[in-house]
Amino acid sequence: MIKVENVSFTYPSGVNALKSVSIEISDGEFVAIMGENGAGKTTLVKQFNGLLKPGEGDVYVDGRNTRDLSVAELSKDVGLVFQNADHQLFCETVEDEIAFGLRNFGFSNRVNKKRVKWALTLLDLQEYRKISPFMLSGGERKRVALASVLAWKPRVIILDEPTVGQDQSQKERLLQFVRQLNTQGNTVILVTHDIEFVAECDPRVVLMSHGRIVADGPAKKILTNPKLIKKTSLILPQITQLFFKLADLGFPKDVISICEAKKLINDFVARRS
Amino acid sequence: MKAFEGLRFKRTSSFIHQLDPRVKFVLSCVVFILAIMFTELLPLTILLSVQLPLVYLAHVHKEWLSSLRSSLILATMIFLTNLIVGYVSSEFQLTSSVLTYSSSMTLRFVTLVASFSIFFLTTSPDDLGLALEQSHFPYEFAFAFTTAVRFVPVLANEAQMIIDAQKSRGLELEKGNFLKRIRNYLPILIPLIVNAIRRSLELAEAMESRAFGAKEHRTNLFALKIKMNDVLVLIVTLTILAFSIYIRLYVQIPIVEIPTFQIT
Repeated sequence: MIKVENVSFTYPSGVNALKSVSIEISDGEFVAIMGENGAGKTTLVKQFNGLLKPGEGDVYVDGRNTRDLSVAELSKDVGLVFQNADHQLFCETVEDEIAFGLRNFGFSNRVNKKRVKWALTLLDLQEYRKISPFMLSGGERKRVALASVLAWKPRVIILDEPTVGQDQSQKERLLQFVRQLNTQGNTVILVTHDIEFVAECDPRVVLMSHGRIVADGPAKKILTNPKLIKKTSLILPQITQLFFKLADLGFPKDVISICEAKKLINDFVARRS
Repeated sequence: MKAFEGLRFKRTSSFIHQLDPRVKFVLSCVVFILAIMFTELLPLTILLSVQLPLVYLAHVHKEWLSSLRSSLILATMIFLTNLIVGYVSSEFQLTSSVLTYSSSMTLRFVTLVASFSIFFLTTSPDDLGLALEQSHFPYEFAFAFTTAVRFVPVLANEAQMIIDAQKSRGLELEKGNFLKRIRNYLPILIPLIVNAIRRSLELAEAMESRAFGAKEHRTNLFALKIKMNDVLVLIVTLTILAFSIYIRLYVQIPIVEIPTFQIT
């Protein structure tokens, strides 16, 4: 469990990125952190694995204060996958790249081999096993970066902007994959602008703006609140926009999933005929 | 990456900022020449303290001090090397002249760092490029130079992101013996270099699509002009240079020595 208590954080450059933020994330939760550029989303998740330590307040991971632990110790439980895969790939083969984290955490060779194979299969990368990660396409590099973190099976997985630069079919695969990780009992935290992606995931949504948490609740409630959404420089999901327009016909406004929309429209058509 | 902080241009407006970059460069070079000319403690101390008003005029004292602080390690090394060599060559005696000489060599280095720090802190990379160009440097060289200067903060920023990403994968930079620690930096350096090369290719393409090198003679939107202030500063600088050369050649400089305490 991650517990953030009144955390404020200021960068050395003087930017006050977090202002007395408090939040609790339980085991097995699925959370999306959203907000405008510079809202403090990445700064907040960097507190979770100790890359940044709070200026004021405390962050606890499973009851342990992050101030007392190194990034390596925390990362074993809290895996953070960065937005830009090019900031971490450096090995000669995809296989080595995935094994890097495992070796750092001191797993035995036997376990390493098993985990690398597992991660390669999980992200459909077997055929690139012996290829240099620099030869892969952008989407594939992103998958390698993801595999290299998942390999040591952290219980909490944070994905920073996972959908940027991915085409639609890759996004759909990512969606299924993220859901699967969550149903297997992992805590999944997404940091993203991609409101359509979040609407499909239907997680708990935490909205941030100017270093503060401005809303926290189920996606269905937050993503259909036009005031909140506008405040954080986002726009309503397309489905929601459509149902706002259909409200005159007696449709509800809080619709974010395509399945639900289909059901509502079917019922409406059935009633009419 | 802190070491570059003292060389990063700070965009404010001041008397020093508004000087022509060529004049400022002459000023820095004169300080350089003077620092090389004198080996005595007294003139070097004067040379360093003369720069203080300039720093305050330019409102860059914070950055200037930080650049001096980052030169501290090298300054200590220069001091120790001179001290040890002097100590050995004067038959293992720590004489007062050895101590004075080591101190003035260190002071010379600090003076140089200080003057070039002022130059880079108060001259924007654009002005610098313009100055090179108007001093009849080939445009390609001037451009390469300004680009290199401009990308230092970008690179520093990127290095921090790479360090964060690799630390999140369990990399511990401070772990292990000396050799292991050097090896620890490979996961940082490789992505940094690969990204720099990638970016340079992108930059080249972007520049070519904006017709870089299409015409032999390129015109400029801005041109540097020597103003009254520039002339004044130039005259003062050159007078100081001439005066110092005179002193060097014809005047006996009073010797200030650091006393040593004999340990018996």
